[in-house]
Amino acid sequence: MGLFKMTKTVLRNLAGGPATRCYPAVPARTSPLTRGHVAFDPATCRSCGICSRRCPCEAIRLDKEAKVWEIDRMRCIACGDCVEGCPFESLTMEQEYFPPVTEHVVEHYTITYVKPEKPAKKPAEESA
Amino acid sequence: MSKRIVVPFGPQHPVLPEPIHLDLVLEDELVVDVVPSIGYIHRGLEQLVLKREFTEYVYVAERICGICSFMHALCYSQGIEHIMNIEVPDRAKYLRTIWSECSRLHSHLLWLGLFADGMGFENLFMRSWQLRESVLDVLEDTTGGRVIQGTCKVGGVRRDIGQEKLDEMHRTLDTFEENCRDLGDVFLNDGSVKYRLQGLSVIPRDDAYALGAAGPTARASGVAMDHRETGYAAYGDLGFKPVVETAGDCYARCAVRVRELYSSIDIIRRAIEGMPEGPIDVKVKGTPDGEYFSRVEQPRGEVVHYLRGNGTKHLARARIRTPTLANIPILVKMLPGIQLADVPVVVLSIDPCISCTER
Repeated sequence: MGLFKMTKTVLRNLAGGPATRCYPAVPARTSPLTRGHVAFDPATCRSCGICSRRCPCEAIRLDKEAKVWEIDRMRCIACGDCVEGCPFESLTMEQEYFPPVTEHVVEHYTITYVKPEKPAKKPAEESA
Repeated sequence: MSKRIVVPFGPQHPVLPEPIHLDLVLEDELVVDVVPSIGYIHRGLEQLVLKREFTEYVYVAERICGICSFMHALCYSQGIEHIMNIEVPDRAKYLRTIWSECSRLHSHLLWLGLFADGMGFENLFMRSWQLRESVLDVLEDTTGGRVIQGTCKVGGVRRDIGQEKLDEMHRTLDTFEENCRDLGDVFLNDGSVKYRLQGLSVIPRDDAYALGAAGPTARASGVAMDHRETGYAAYGDLGFKPVVETAGDCYARCAVRVRELYSSIDIIRRAIEGMPEGPIDVKVKGTPDGEYFSRVEQPRGEVVHYLRGNGTKHLARARIRTPTLANIPILVKMLPGIQLADVPVVVLSIDPCISCTER
């Protein structure tokens, strides 16, 4: 009985191929929900600062005056709280994990969002 | 009487994934006394409640342990919800149950692999971890994280599982259970495993109870103590009976975990079948004011989060008692009287999680 089971396992392992993959030649398995790293779109950010307030590890800093948005990749835990909280969809969660690095990485972005000018009110037509 | 010598075991040892130090007092090859010492990876996570808002601390609580991460978040969230009288929607409770049981599955499969490795059964180690990978894939597909799920929050859960994914999980459970039973069969019926484990460091029921053992270690000695019986999350609706063995040896501790795999699969199946419709979270208003002992059954036993709020957005105190801390006194009781070569297997049999213990 035991020998029969062992033969079954051996045959299954032989036919099944390797359980691992040749990473990095074959990319790692991800799913659409995988929390890899946070990506920022400077063109839509309106400097509300919700992301930096929600961040549980103070990885995001925002300088409203200088219009600079910073993320400390070493502090970020990719929880996705900032992405959920962003009302303007400037933040997205990408599937790729941030690659390992040897030096401290702080990414700076200059916010390029320009507030659209309000259409000028039509001058009140002077009644004759 | 031969001369006594002291052999240090750990904190770096091939069989230990995490650092615990044991001073083994030996007479020839026989262990006569043990002095444990911990404190190598204290990170001060309890202190962080003073600096993080109570809703943010879920992420910290989740990082106390890499294996039972979801259950730490669940325990913390349940504590805060109780203090603030928040009623969590039923669907969130069912989802929490599914993820808790997935965590238990992958934790037990990890432990079975490490245990097999500890007793020198390399092939079984690889097969266990191969099976564990399919659980991690499900966790990644449903939560976005393989190990740190990040889906539990105060007031519910952050993500829903779509009906399509639930159906797929339900379909794959049968194949998974078959594979688990194949694997469990080796652990429970293989001659060499039995020869290695049966009768090794027997803990009688009274000793297990008196020394406050927790989780599978206690249940292997016949103490039918499982916090899931109290019916937190959706366990009350799903019906649950603890897995109990009576022998109290290493084989019984292994058998409890193998049979808990089957019981977890059964709970997930019933949770998917009975999944209610509705919202997955409620809005949290106000701040916690009061205190509560929140308890959850982790793969290693019962975890206790003591939380005290003072009406501000920062908690005043958090204190966490983890199951491994409760199992260290019983480990000290287990080791005297066995051979030095059996020490790694016996130490692993309590499933030590030192990161949890020291926080």
